[in-house]
Amino acid sequence: MLELRKEIFADERDDNLKEVGQPTQRQDMLGHVTGTSAYYDDHRLAGLLHLKVLRSLHAHARIRSIDDSAAARAPGVKRIIRAADVPVNLNTLLSLIQFGKDDEPSLATDVVRYKGEPILGVVATSEHAARQALDLVRVSYDPLPAVFDVEEALKPGAPSVNAIYPKNTFEYYDKYDHQKLRFGDVEAGFAQADLLVEERYQMSPIEHAPVETNGSIAVPDTNGRFVVYTSTQALFFSLDTAAKINAMPSNQLHFIGGTVGGGFGGKVDTLTEPLAILAARLTGAPVRYRLSRHEEMQFGSPRGAERIYIKDGVMRDGRILAREVRAYFDSGAYTRLSSYAAVKCAAHIPGPYTIPNVHADVFCVFTNRTPSTAMRGFGVTALDFALECQMDKLAVAIGMDPIEFRILNAYRDGDMKAHRREAKNCALIECAQVAAEKANWPIREEFRRMSSRQGGGVTRTGGGADRTPARVTPAATTTGPPQRVAYERPAAAAPAHPPPPAPPRSAPPAAPAPAGSTHGAPRFSSVFGTRRR
Amino acid sequence: MKTPIQFRLNGEEVAAFADSGANLLDVLRESVGDLSVKGGCWQGTCGSCTVLIDGAPRLSCLTLAESCANKSVETVAGLRRGADLHPLQIAFMDRFAAQCGYCTPGMLMAAKALLNRNPNPSREDVIEAIAGNICRCTGYEPIIQAVLDAARSGERRRA
Amino acid sequence: MTVNVKTFPRLADAASALSSERGARYLAGGTLVMRAVNEADPAIETIVRSTDPSLLHIAVSSGRVELGAGVTMAAVLAERDLAFLHPVARAVGSPAIREAATVGGNLFSPRGDFATVLLVLDATVMLVGGGQRELPLDDFLARRERSSALVSSIAFRRPAADALRFAKVTRVHPRGMSVLSIAAQLPIASGKIAGARIAYNGMDHRPVRAKAAERALENHTLDAAGIASALSVATDGTSPVDDAIASAWWRREILPIYLRRLLLGAVRQ
Repeated sequence: MLELRKEIFADERDDNLKEVGQPTQRQDMLGHVTGTSAYYDDHRLAGLLHLKVLRSLHAHARIRSIDDSAAARAPGVKRIIRAADVPVNLNTLLSLIQFGKDDEPSLATDVVRYKGEPILGVVATSEHAARQALDLVRVSYDPLPAVFDVEEALKPGAPSVNAIYPKNTFEYYDKYDHQKLRFGDVEAGFAQADLLVEERYQMSPIEHAPVETNGSIAVPDTNGRFVVYTSTQALFFSLDTAAKINAMPSNQLHFIGGTVGGGFGGKVDTLTEPLAILAARLTGAPVRYRLSRHEEMQFGSPRGAERIYIKDGVMRDGRILAREVRAYFDSGAYTRLSSYAAVKCAAHIPGPYTIPNVHADVFCVFTNRTPSTAMRGFGVTALDFALECQMDKLAVAIGMDPIEFRILNAYRDGDMKAHRREAKNCALIECAQVAAEKANWPIREEFRRMSSRQGGGVTRTGGGADRTPARVTPAATTTGPPQRVAYERPAAAAPAHPPPPAPPRSAPPAAPAPAGSTHGAPRFSSVFGTRRR
Repeated sequence: MKTPIQFRLNGEEVAAFADSGANLLDVLRESVGDLSVKGGCWQGTCGSCTVLIDGAPRLSCLTLAESCANKSVETVAGLRRGADLHPLQIAFMDRFAAQCGYCTPGMLMAAKALLNRNPNPSREDVIEAIAGNICRCTGYEPIIQAVLDAARSGERRRA
Repeated sequence: MTVNVKTFPRLADAASALSSERGARYLAGGTLVMRAVNEADPAIETIVRSTDPSLLHIAVSSGRVELGAGVTMAAVLAERDLAFLHPVARAVGSPAIREAATVGGNLFSPRGDFATVLLVLDATVMLVGGGQRELPLDDFLARRERSSALVSSIAFRRPAADALRFAKVTRVHPRGMSVLSIAAQLPIASGKIAGARIAYNGMDHRPVRAKAAERALENHTLDAAGIASALSVATDGTSPVDDAIASAWWRREILPIYLRRLLLGAVRQ
C-alpha cells in the first residue's frame, strides 16, 4: 500500500502531477510473462562461434610460458586470441571521462594479478569444443607473493599488485594516494566530548549473481561495422570502451542492449564485448562470449570489500562533536570503478548529520583479488551500514533513544556540511518522524515537532504554523538547554579563495570545446573538485 | 556427431538434429528456436530453465535432450492460448511479479506445475513449488502473491 | 568433439558398456553427470544410460522394501507405503530436482541425504556388471570411487513405526545444500534403545555411520539423561571438511546440538 504524505513540505511542491504517485505497468512486463523480452542472447545466428577464455589459476604470478599449439589444432577451433592480438591491451573504464590511468589488460601479458584473470581466448564452433581446447593449453607460472587484505597491502614491503599504481593505492590527480576530508578540529572535539566510541566495520565482497550472466554477441555487419548484442547496463560506456580496445572508430560499432537480466552494477565493466568484437574481426563470423556461472562468480566483478574505522566524540546531551573516519576500498587487482567509489564515500561522510569536526581519509587499495565494481549505491552503501550501526552504538552509549538521537543530529537546511556545501532540501527528520509513527515507536514531543527547515521551523503537517524553534531538553542539566550546532552561511558573497583549478590533463583538447559541449567530464564535479554553480 | 531428436513442444511436433550429449535447454534455444526458455547456470542451481516434461517440472539444462524423445515439453511460449494470457501471466503482471524478467519463464512453469497438481495451494505450497527458482530482483513476495491470485481467479484475458 | 550417448534397454548391457568404454559415465537423473557434461569435463567421453523398466520398480512387502536405482525422489513421494521416507525425499533439492534425482544417483552424491537414511535402514545395494552381487551400503560407499559397477536396486527392512528420524541442517529454507544432515533409527524395547543406528551426512567425504554414538545409546533411555554420553562422543570418528557451505569447525560445533534435538524429537521439519 503506497501512502504519500503530501502535507510534508507541501508549500515547496507543485502537486498537479499525473504520473508520480500512480501505479504504472512496466513497458516490458508483457514481454517478461510471455518470454518474449529480448535479452542479448535471444538471437539465432547461423555460423555462430563461441569464445571461451583461459584464466589464471594463481592470485599473483609471472607467466613464464604459454603453449597453445595443441589447443589451436583441437577439433572445432577456429582461432586462438593472444594478448598480442589485442590492439589496445591496457585500459581503465573511466578513461572515457579522463579519470585514472589505463591499468588493466584485456588479456594478461607477463603477469597475472588475480585468480581468474584472462590470459588467452579460444574461438570454436561450440562452447563444448572451446572448453575442451582450453584444457589443452599449457601455461607455466612462477607464483609471486600475493596480498589479499587492504591494510596489509598498504604496509611497507607489501607485494606490489598493480604495475601502474605500484604503491597499491589509486592516485587522485596524479598525486594523492587517498581522498581527504578535513573540517574543524577533531582532536579538539574528542578532547571536549563526554564519550568516545570507536569501532571497526567491514563488509566482504558481494557477488551480484544476476540470473543472466554477463555476455555479448558480436556480429559482422554488411558495411564493415559490427552489431553487438550485449547484456551491458551502460551501452555507451561499453561501446566506447570496446572501440578504444579494438582501436576502431566508435561509429563502426552498433551496440544493441536488450533487457538486462539483472545488473545491479555488475554489468558495467564491459567484460565481454571487446574480446567478442575482436574475435568477430579475426574470424569474420558472429562470436558469442558468455560467462558461465562459475566465471560470473570468480571473474565477474563483485561489490568491493570495505573496511571502515569510525571514531566519534559525543556529548551526553546527544550532540556528536567529532567524527573521524578511515575507510579502505578493496579494488582488487585493477581500478574499474573503485576509484569513483572512494570519491562517493568521501562525499558521503559523515552521513546526513551536522557534525562540527570531521576528519576522513578514504583509500582505494589494490589487492590480488577479483577487481571490484559498482553495486547498488556503491561507495555509499557499506559506509551507511557502518555509520548507522555507529549511530545506534552512540545512542546506546549515552542512553538516548536512537531515533531521537538521529533527529537531533540530522542536517537542517542551511547547515554547513563538512564539504563546505550548504545543506538543502533536507528531509531526514521528517522521514524519521513518519517511520517512528508507523512503527509505533514513541518519541518525545519536542522531537516530533522538529523540522529540517532552516532554523528549525516546523514541518507543516496540516496544523498551524508553530514557529517554536527546536530545543532539546536533556534529562538533567545545570547550564540550560544546549544548542544544536548549526552553521550560518558566511555573510560575504565573495568566497575567501577561488575554487581549485581543474586538474592538469596530459593531452588538452586541440580545439576549445564549443560552449555547452563538455564531453561529460566536468559534470562529475565531485571527481574534479570544481563546483557546478 | 549429431543426434536426431523428435518431441512435442507446446502441443506441436518438433524435430532437430542436435549435438550428441546436448542438454534440452540448448536444443530448445539453439536448434528448435524456442527462446522463451532461459539459462542462468547450466548447473541446475538457478531454476530459470524450468520446463514441463510430461507435466512434471524439470530443469532443462540438466536434461539430456534425446531422453525427451516422444515426450511432451511445455515452455512459457505455450502458456497463452492465442491472444489470451494464462491466469498466471495475468497475475504476474497485476502483482508486478517481475523486474528484469529473466527468472520469470522458469517461475511461471514451476507455478504451472504446482497448479496443475494442486489447484488450491497454500502459501507454503507455493513457496515449496518455487523453492528451486532464484529471483535476484523482486524478493519473491510479489511472485508468491501472483501464484495465489492465479489459483484463485483461474481467469484468462487478452493481453 | 561431443560426448557419445549409448542407451541400453537391458541394465546388464549398460553395465558392460560402463566398464569397457573409455571415459564412460552412467547417467541417471543428470544432476551430477549433465552438469559435468555441460562443463565439458574431459573425463566424460561417453554417457551410458538404460531404459530397463526394473530401474523404476518399487516393491514393498510387510518387512522389506526394494527400490530400483532409477526410482526418483518424486516417485518415492508419490508412494504412500513409503511415507516414512517422505521427510528425506522432500528435503532433496527442489520440485524439479526431485523429478530427476534418483535413489541410486544419491549414493554417488557428495552430499547424499537419501543415502544417509538408507544407511540407518541397514540397506544393501544390488550391483550388476561382472555378475550380480549384493553389498552392504556402508561397504559400497567406502569404495564407490573405485567401482565401475552399476547399482540396479537397493533393499532394506521397513523400520518400526516412528523409529526413523531425519534432520537436515541448512542455512537456506526451504531449499539449500545441507551443512549436514542426520538420520537415526531408534528401536525401543522395554523402554530402552535397542540396536540404534545413526548416520551423518556432511561430516566426512561420504555419509557415515556414527558408531561411537550408537554404542553409547545402547540400552539407555531416550531422554536427556540417557543420551548424554552419546552426545559427548557424537563427533568421534568423523572428519568433516571445509567447503563453501560451512567449515569443518562449524560442523563439529553444531552436530551435537542437532543430534540432541533429533534424539529428543525437537527438530523442526
